[in-house]
Amino acid sequence: MGLLDQEFTESNIVIAKTEDLFNWARLSSLWQVGFGLACCAIEMMATSASHYDFDRFGVIPRPSPRQSDVIIISGTVTLKMAIRVKRLYEQMPDPKYVISMGSCANCGGPYWEHGYHVLKGVDRVIPVDVYVPGCPPRPEALLEGLLKLQEKIRNESIVKPNKSGFVGKSA
Amino acid sequence: MALKTEEMVLNMGPQHPSTHGVLRLELQLDGEIIKNVVPHIGYLHRCFEKHAEAMTYPQVIPYTDRMDYLASMYNEFGYALAMERLMKIEVPERVEYIRVIMGELQRIASHLVALGTYGADIGAFTPFLFCFRDRERILHLFEITCGARLLYNYIWIGGLSHDLHPDFIRLTKEFIKDFRPNVKELNDLLSYNRIFIERTANVGVLPIETAINYGVSGPNIRASGMKWDLRKDDPYSVYHKFDYEIPIGTGEKGKTGDCWDRYFVRVKEMEESLKIIEQAIEQIPEGDVTSAIPKRVKPPEGQIYTRVENPRGELGYFIISDGSLNPARVKVRAPSFVTMQVFPELCKGFMVADVVAILGSVDIVLGEIDR
Amino acid sequence: MKTAEEIFNQLKEKFGNAIIELKTDKPVEPFIIVNPLEVDKICLFLRNDKDLQFDSLMNLSGVDDANGEKVKSSEGEEKGLETIKGGTLSVYYHLDSTKLKHKLTLKASTNREKPEVVTVTEAWKGADWHEREAYDMYGIIFLNHPDLRRILMPYDWEFGYPLRKDYKNPEFYQGMKVPY
Repeated sequence: MGLLDQEFTESNIVIAKTEDLFNWARLSSLWQVGFGLACCAIEMMATSASHYDFDRFGVIPRPSPRQSDVIIISGTVTLKMAIRVKRLYEQMPDPKYVISMGSCANCGGPYWEHGYHVLKGVDRVIPVDVYVPGCPPRPEALLEGLLKLQEKIRNESIVKPNKSGFVGKSA
Repeated sequence: MALKTEEMVLNMGPQHPSTHGVLRLELQLDGEIIKNVVPHIGYLHRCFEKHAEAMTYPQVIPYTDRMDYLASMYNEFGYALAMERLMKIEVPERVEYIRVIMGELQRIASHLVALGTYGADIGAFTPFLFCFRDRERILHLFEITCGARLLYNYIWIGGLSHDLHPDFIRLTKEFIKDFRPNVKELNDLLSYNRIFIERTANVGVLPIETAINYGVSGPNIRASGMKWDLRKDDPYSVYHKFDYEIPIGTGEKGKTGDCWDRYFVRVKEMEESLKIIEQAIEQIPEGDVTSAIPKRVKPPEGQIYTRVENPRGELGYFIISDGSLNPARVKVRAPSFVTMQVFPELCKGFMVADVVAILGSVDIVLGEIDR
Repeated sequence: MKTAEEIFNQLKEKFGNAIIELKTDKPVEPFIIVNPLEVDKICLFLRNDKDLQFDSLMNLSGVDDANGEKVKSSEGEEKGLETIKGGTLSVYYHLDSTKLKHKLTLKASTNREKPEVVTVTEAWKGADWHEREAYDMYGIIFLNHPDLRRILMPYDWEFGYPLRKDYKNPEFYQGMKVPY
């Protein structure tokens, strides 16, 4: 709460850097694409229900990728679906972020050994910002992942582009 | 001069806010009326059967959880029942009672998700939040028993992994006392709402003969008027000791077997499950839940097909054993797979917005269809 | 309600050589082995006859019997690759009657090199997708099927049939690396 509280004691003038202002505006209202694949999607729905409210962080589900900032890949990505995930990611406008939720999306999960149709980790097709481990992760873990993403955005600067590009194909 | 018209092919893609999971529907439309629907599945095929052949018998249980992730206790129940019949293991009675209690609590939790998301698809957002509030209490009960909220690994071959927590029975009695008025609240909010009835009555009627020919089971066939429930018609475990009714659809708001009937049968089933849980808590005996678990699971050579009543229908396990520590073949007959086959028949002649209503009322889970 | 032996005798009278034998030695359920090219007539009879009335197909599954012999190919670019030759692939049918409350299991075996079984979609429409899945996972061709194509794997998957015991994973599929 540092930005606003300090400045409103005597005069009603706030002096801050525009970068901080832009970042604060962006991280307080991250709109997500409603994209649930498997079991982790149920935990994501439970996070946006009233017990562990997602809406108090400003996160609303939007039906279309063209109107959202963040995509939460929740569940196993199969080879048949990976092509469509890439297409959805390319349809989102910049600046965009990816949260990989659950161990299936991080590294293939329990299906790493004999899964002939499972993509071992969604970072083989799109670049990921935050990994949330668990099978499925508790709603509190997903909220922690969101807070880590907010911290990353707070330290960014969209005025001078510093974001690293595509992570590169893994070996 | 006649107007030239053409059929249009529209794609309800794998990412859609109202298809419950990754399902692709190809709609062939004439204006707004549907001529044919072709479902494309396989976007969540996670190779369960190949994994089952590579693991030992107890190691398969966490994989069975993840198939129908809204009713995990029942998946484990079906597998453990099939293995116990193959190996001729007798489990203590306390284990049977606890399995029934967990199964019925899981049935209520699964129906709450189905009803909440169905309301959200039709356009009513408030019942979604109310249903999830009640579901959190059930998940808390599961969490104090075995540590997990969604995927449990609790029902093992020959017994259970943990006994009941000392507070479990008291908390369950409180939950039942608080939940009964909430069902009435859900009825006031959603079931008798005029807009909901307009959208769901007389839509997507399923006749009984078609349903039996395709193999549909569970609440979908009970809504069409047939009294078919595996807990009474092919009993397993200790279900024969309880006194409960089987609700069927009666065509109260439209034709028998329409979407409103399928929805309302689920609401009535939740009340019947509460009765079963109350009777089970009265009758539960003492005992040791881990005494019959074998040290090494090595069944004789043979095969078996067992079926249990999932919240979605008839879940079947077909296991072939060749005498070694790993199964030779595990085939899962999922109820949602069969229901997706009959889906194009239900949609013919209706409009595009009705597809969403019909899809929500048959309650599919993609993890089960694709395995 | 009828037992498996009574049904076996009734079928043997009507269909003769198409019914091969009744196996009751292994646990838990007995099953009847039938000729794979005559399964559709047998199933129509089982559904329509008034003493039997099997009106619901519970399950249809393909199985790799693993009774072939492992062969290592020793020449060409597949040197050292292990495949299985000979042996059988089977299809198991589990039938149930909702009115008379009895059950039955059938088995139809074909050889691995050219697996062909007749479809039973005329008797039960629900067999359609189960047979497509058996084709997708094992390569069993169902004759007279209305629409036989892959259902779970991608439509352009050309690396074989996954649930066979000698299946090998490809390295890359459309630019994505498949193994871990």
